Amino acid sequence: MNATLTALAVMFSQLSLIAFGGGNTILPEMHRQVTEVHHWLTDADFAALFALAQAAPGPNMMVAPLIGWHVAGLAGMLVSTVAIFGPSSILTAIALRLWRRFKDNPWRRAVQAGLVPVSVGLVAASALLIVRAADRTWILVAISAGVALVATRTRLHPLWLLAAGAVIGWSGFGQ
Amino acid sequence: MVAREEGTETELATPTIGELFRGFLVLGLTGFGGVLPLAHHMIVERRRWLDNAEFTELLGLCQFLPGGNIINLAAAIGMNFRGIPGAVAALVGLIAAPTGIVIVLGVVYARFQSDVHVVHMFAGLAAAAAGLLVAVAVKIALPMRRRPIAVGIAVLCLIAIAVLQWPLVPTMLVLAPLSIALTRKIGA
Repeated sequence: MNATLTALAVMFSQLSLIAFGGGNTILPEMHRQVTEVHHWLTDADFAALFALAQAAPGPNMMVAPLIGWHVAGLAGMLVSTVAIFGPSSILTAIALRLWRRFKDNPWRRAVQAGLVPVSVGLVAASALLIVRAADRTWILVAISAGVALVATRTRLHPLWLLAAGAVIGWSGFGQ
Repeated sequence: MVAREEGTETELATPTIGELFRGFLVLGLTGFGGVLPLAHHMIVERRRWLDNAEFTELLGLCQFLPGGNIINLAAAIGMNFRGIPGAVAALVGLIAAPTGIVIVLGVVYARFQSDVHVVHMFAGLAAAAAGLLVAVAVKIALPMRRRPIAVGIAVLCLIAIAVLQWPLVPTMLVLAPLSIALTRKIGA
């Protein structure tokens, strides 16, 4: 049991530190580790847990605690949660301190201004990828377009738009 | 970076540790299909902890670092306003509820996976969530619309990641320095 917990901790800590661009970029490596290296889950198990994590609220790496729970119960869940979220958060805190120390440094301002377009491009890329994955029929395209339009032009709380999408989806209309 | 002089930014608010915990707890609970649109709504539009430019700048730093963008954003915002206790409060707030929910979902999963209404509902939910992410992309892109170099870099990044599906790390290692160098040269 302790060996399993240690293996979970080591695996998710490593994934945490190489997750440039967030959870989706480490998914292939996580899949390889969990199914081929440690043989904790089958391919089908992994796919099911991932779909479940996507359906739940919260950050998109919630598959990690779920895998931990599946492999080693409550202790596995706790270890996996700390391991996947801890190392990158500590790194962010350290980076933020350095970032603020160099507040008035010219190169910091250049780096800051230079990162903005890349950041905008990454968000746009995520949006495009998710639209492509989510919108399989015309009604789903219409939901996305309508939500994007309303959310851009108003300050309506996003939950109302999500609820509207869920209700239209539930009806099965156009699907 | 977002350390501001007291009283000069009357429109913006500085959260307490409790507000950080509660704010991110609500985000974790309500962030179906991605938290970024809700995070932007809560932090910039509703609670006004950061203005739009500060949010984009902090998000840029968080995206550059490894880890989930919103996880990093919680750590950074908590750290920024209230130091390590603030970072821990924001992180625990963000993660606690989704972890519980995802485990409960795992337990009841088998009962609902064959219900066609549930499948359709999740498809609609996912489509709405995708629309929200498009809106966020539009909102953070608008301020740089008159800067052709910045727009060019953003479009390059979009094509590299979403169309060509290049791996993220090498793409960032090329585009980030390029963007920084060009931005510095142009001075905008």
